[in-house]
Amino acid sequence: MAVCVAVIAKENYPLYIRSIPTENELKFHYMVHTSLDVVDEKISAMGKALVDQRELYLGLLYPTEDYKVYGYVTNSKVKFVMVVDSSNTALRDNEIRSMFRKLHNSYTDVMCNPFYNPGDHIQSRAFDSMVTSMMIQVC
Amino acid sequence: MMSKTDADIRFGNPAELHGAKVQIPYLITEKNTFKRMDDEDKQETQSPTMSPLASPPSSPPHYQRVPLSHGYSKLRSSTEQMHPAPYEARQPLVQPEGPSSGAPGAKPPRHQASLIRSFSVEREPHDNNSNYPDEPWRITEEQREYYVNQFRSLQPDPSSFISGSVAKNFFTKSKLSIPELSYIWELSDADCDGALTLPEFCAAFHLIVARKNGYPLPEGLPPTLQPEYLQAAFPKPKRECTLFDSYSESMPANQQPRDLNRMEKLSIKDMADFPVPAQDVTSDDKQEQNKTRLEQNKIRLALKSTADEALPKDMSEDPATSKDSNSLKARPRSRSYSSTSIEEAMKRGEDPPTPPPRPQKTHSRASSLDLNKVFQPSVPATKSGLLPPPPALPPRPCPSQSEQASEAEIHPQLNRAPSQAADSSPTKKDIPYSQPPSKPIRRKLRPENPAPESQEPSSTVGGAASAVTGKPHTAVQKQSSKQKKAIQTAIRKNKEANAVLARLNSELQQQLKEVHQERIALENQLEQLRPVTVL
Repeated sequence: MAVCVAVIAKENYPLYIRSIPTENELKFHYMVHTSLDVVDEKISAMGKALVDQRELYLGLLYPTEDYKVYGYVTNSKVKFVMVVDSSNTALRDNEIRSMFRKLHNSYTDVMCNPFYNPGDHIQSRAFDSMVTSMMIQVC
Repeated sequence: MMSKTDADIRFGNPAELHGAKVQIPYLITEKNTFKRMDDEDKQETQSPTMSPLASPPSSPPHYQRVPLSHGYSKLRSSTEQMHPAPYEARQPLVQPEGPSSGAPGAKPPRHQASLIRSFSVEREPHDNNSNYPDEPWRITEEQREYYVNQFRSLQPDPSSFISGSVAKNFFTKSKLSIPELSYIWELSDADCDGALTLPEFCAAFHLIVARKNGYPLPEGLPPTLQPEYLQAAFPKPKRECTLFDSYSESMPANQQPRDLNRMEKLSIKDMADFPVPAQDVTSDDKQEQNKTRLEQNKIRLALKSTADEALPKDMSEDPATSKDSNSLKARPRSRSYSSTSIEEAMKRGEDPPTPPPRPQKTHSRASSLDLNKVFQPSVPATKSGLLPPPPALPPRPCPSQSEQASEAEIHPQLNRAPSQAADSSPTKKDIPYSQPPSKPIRRKLRPENPAPESQEPSSTVGGAASAVTGKPHTAVQKQSSKQKKAIQTAIRKNKEANAVLARLNSELQQQLKEVHQERIALENQLEQLRPVTVL
């Protein structure tokens, strides 16, 4: 259902970014980049607030005319940003949460791989397949 | 047992042999070298090894996180005694699948030569049909022994995990690229816990070996490498070791002819020990690697030929007695080490073109020509000249001369060959020996021929080799059965090479005829024109 999925590292550089409509790839990258400000804003707002699963999910960051951008942050300040098409039947919040949960699980699996150095670009095929499954649904 | 011992010895050997001989399968070598430091002191303790038939694993199947502090130091001594039991115990445990690479493109999965076959026979009840296509991804008993030993070196308790960092260091030694290792880990670590259990470790190790042999990594973990399968499949590694020995004869035969060539020198016995691994992975791509390995093996063989020969006999005689004196073990160790490498090489180059089933059984001594092997050498002939022929040295005194590969030389030979091509394959085999079948092959053979030839006379193996042409069986019989197999394999390879060369000869002959005809036609035209011009 997502048209673009991005994993942003703590230092705000992308670990993984992938979008479906390749022609608009640059546009999605830009949207993800701009959404980082919103994410940081929300994170700082939370401040020392306890982080639980729910707060990890940031919800709708900002809507545009065509797309909606959702955010999710992990305890280690790794951010997941997802861009969904607004034209789709409005995805319910729970669905977005479940998608982020899947992303988070896959991300932890990638982290468990000793050959993955934190900060490297994510090249796990399992992760790719999981993201593809999420994005294909849109199409 | 032998296999186990060999496995232990093998990776123990690197320390000893490292200087003298280059491990052919560099993968194993590398791992062995790494292990050397850890294993050196343990090698001695390892020699007693575990008898394959030894007691069933009594360790509880539950996983425990064993502190890494265990370190390598105690591994051997403790693990040796444990034998595979621990992991066997685990096998009964039901574990969620395992990874394995199957490489779509794949090559016909590792060829686990006869071993696999023997093993597959044993395992038929478990999985027959589906496994066939996964031949390359099936872990033979020999390989399993080796993997378990390596696991023990990392983690004394076979029922525990290997942490990610430890495994990373270990697998990094395999010199594969990090992305590939990452992917292999991803495949093998089924539960994604950042640690490897024994089945996962075996699967990962198997994938690494496959990848080093040139097999592309599979998209998903092959069923034969899944943890539950591995656990179920190898309930009693030791037992299979004994079976393995019995199959050793068949296995060596199956193993790539290339390997056999080396094996002659090294020790047929060693081959027997590792028939499985070698055959598992064979691919055309690997042939090149194998070639280098073969060359290395040959060198080692030259060094060890005498020692090896003595050993194989001992080894073959007491496959089950892993407790042989250290002296015996020491020697076999050197050989087994090389043989391990050979097997690894064999694995790699075993049969890229042919699918897994290696009908080793057919090969027992029979001079039957293994078509698979025939094609294999033919394909890589150009690039891996040394594969096909190494073993068949004796009958080729002249080939060495003509080898030098000039086309002119070859053509005359080929011209001769065509006449022989008509001969039966066995005959061809003998004849081609006299003539260098193909330039590339010949070239490569040359260095091999002198080496093996020199060795042959000196070593009993040589005797077997010389007997190859005339009486492979008799000569072989003198030596251990394993040597026989090696020789037979070499014979087969040579036959295949001969067949290839014969074909080439026939083709060239046809071309020659056509050219002659054209020439005649042109001459006629010239004559016709001459009078005209004269006039």
